[in-house]
Amino acid sequence: MKKVVRGFYSVAYSVKLCRPNVICAYPITPQTEIVENLAAMYANGELGEAEYITAESEFGAASILVGASAAGARVFTATCSQGLILMSEVLFNAAGMRLPIVLVNTNRALSAPLSIWNDHQDSMAMRDAGIMQVYVENNQEAHDMIPQAYKVAENKKVLLPFMVCMDGYKLTHAYEPVDLLEQEMVDSFLPPYEPAAYMTTKKPLAFGCYAPPHIYMEFRVAMQQAMERAKDVMLDVFKEWAEVSGRDWGGHITVDFPDSKIFVVAMGSVVGLLRKVVEELRNEGLSVGLIKIRTFRPFPVEEMREALKDAEKVIVLDRSVSFGYEGPVSIELKSAIYGYSSAEIYSFAVGLGGRDMPKDFLAKIIRDVGEGKEKPGFAFKGYQEFEEVIP
Amino acid sequence: MVKILIEVRFHGRGGQGAVTAADLLAVAGFKEGYYTLSFPMFGAEKRGTPVVSFLRISDEPIVARDEVYNPDYVVVLDPTVMETVNVVSGLKRGGMLIANYPKSSEDLKKKVKADELGIKVATINATKMAMEVLGRPITNTAMVGAFGGATRLISLETLVEVVKEWFKGELAEKNAKLVEEAYRYMMEVCRNED
Repeated sequence: MKKVVRGFYSVAYSVKLCRPNVICAYPITPQTEIVENLAAMYANGELGEAEYITAESEFGAASILVGASAAGARVFTATCSQGLILMSEVLFNAAGMRLPIVLVNTNRALSAPLSIWNDHQDSMAMRDAGIMQVYVENNQEAHDMIPQAYKVAENKKVLLPFMVCMDGYKLTHAYEPVDLLEQEMVDSFLPPYEPAAYMTTKKPLAFGCYAPPHIYMEFRVAMQQAMERAKDVMLDVFKEWAEVSGRDWGGHITVDFPDSKIFVVAMGSVVGLLRKVVEELRNEGLSVGLIKIRTFRPFPVEEMREALKDAEKVIVLDRSVSFGYEGPVSIELKSAIYGYSSAEIYSFAVGLGGRDMPKDFLAKIIRDVGEGKEKPGFAFKGYQEFEEVIP
Repeated sequence: MVKILIEVRFHGRGGQGAVTAADLLAVAGFKEGYYTLSFPMFGAEKRGTPVVSFLRISDEPIVARDEVYNPDYVVVLDPTVMETVNVVSGLKRGGMLIANYPKSSEDLKKKVKADELGIKVATINATKMAMEVLGRPITNTAMVGAFGGATRLISLETLVEVVKEWFKGELAEKNAKLVEEAYRYMMEVCRNED
């Protein structure tokens, strides 16, 4: 049923339909209402046998979920920003222990300075953890992604944590129409979790324990292989979702106007507006297309090579920075297409800490590249000139 | 189909429900067959600090999530906000300022230089109305009604229905009454304007 709901609710409701066994979280803006909604559902007896635990920190929340997941539970948490990096010590473990934890990250900038607003610096800090990362464009995609996340993560070919990344405020706080899923549909799509291995008091197991040099590396190779297999599993799951839900969100990337000379590459909630901007610029005669990255981990290497093989210019809009180099999406993309495309790469960091990205701003960036007014390389866009004063 | 995209900016103070006002209209607009999107511009919200929220109403799916810079309507929930915030900034020519204001539309027109900007102004004493009905100066539902009455984009019936779903018990009844009073009042004000 299509209803106007807040982004938070679109996630919480979808989580409920996935019948999690343990939900554990610590509140942080702009994630709070997701877990508030789930806590209310729990208090109202709507979560069946699920346990809802409020932890004393994100570190605690992630740790509790590692235990619960190792005991065979389907688990959920949500966090962002400082909360995510506080979880990170545990989440690297969760990935190494091959626990299919599903979490939602309501993307928010990192301190310092303190910012509660949206960018992608937090999830990028988890890039190398062994956690799958998918970025969504709107609240319908966020809603739809939760059951798919469980199905991919729990697949025995994968068994890795799955992080659904949704832009804080821009999505979480927005009211918009969302076609809410039916329980029967989710039940038939997502079977109950059957863990490959789980511990009980009768059958104690150890997860992630001591691995000396003669064995550690094999575990890490296995993680990489799992990530590689996840690429195919995701495609199967995405395709099945399109069939059962009637909403086809595409594969690891989506490409609008594949024959273009210039491509804009972006992730998250800005993609919708970019689609409009690209259409308008095409009407002005600019040969420009749009690539939306859905799956950042595993990275869509082959897809990028194919999409950009004849491209002349590629504009990457990054929402975070690897200080001392450039935006992480740009770094990944260059690495992926090296030797496969001779396109010039224009790497721009935009919209940091919630800096708004108006339509005209986006159009100008693309137009300037199209008209040769920009040089390839890295630059920040949309900031005020200033002089740093160090006393 | 006629392509409609109506953009609205709300100004209020923390605690008056500027965010809820936009949200209520998003729910109501959808009930009337439009696509809608509402979202707040978050700051360090505290009771009493200036708050901004946005609403888009369209007959096609809304993809723009940037802030509203050139609104068709500006709705002001608190007259004192106008002392420190230029609420008509970017308001389109031919657009309308719908304000909770204790004095006449004429008075506010002069104050915001409405003729120079080519904008319409409609005022309503929503604080007084809210005090009478709710006993508290929370003006969001009155201004939702005022927006409905001024624009006629959304019917009174739908607004009342949405307010009754949103609030519970006595508060639902009181807010529904407030919406209706403000809607009818503003319809009258705007009829006289035309």
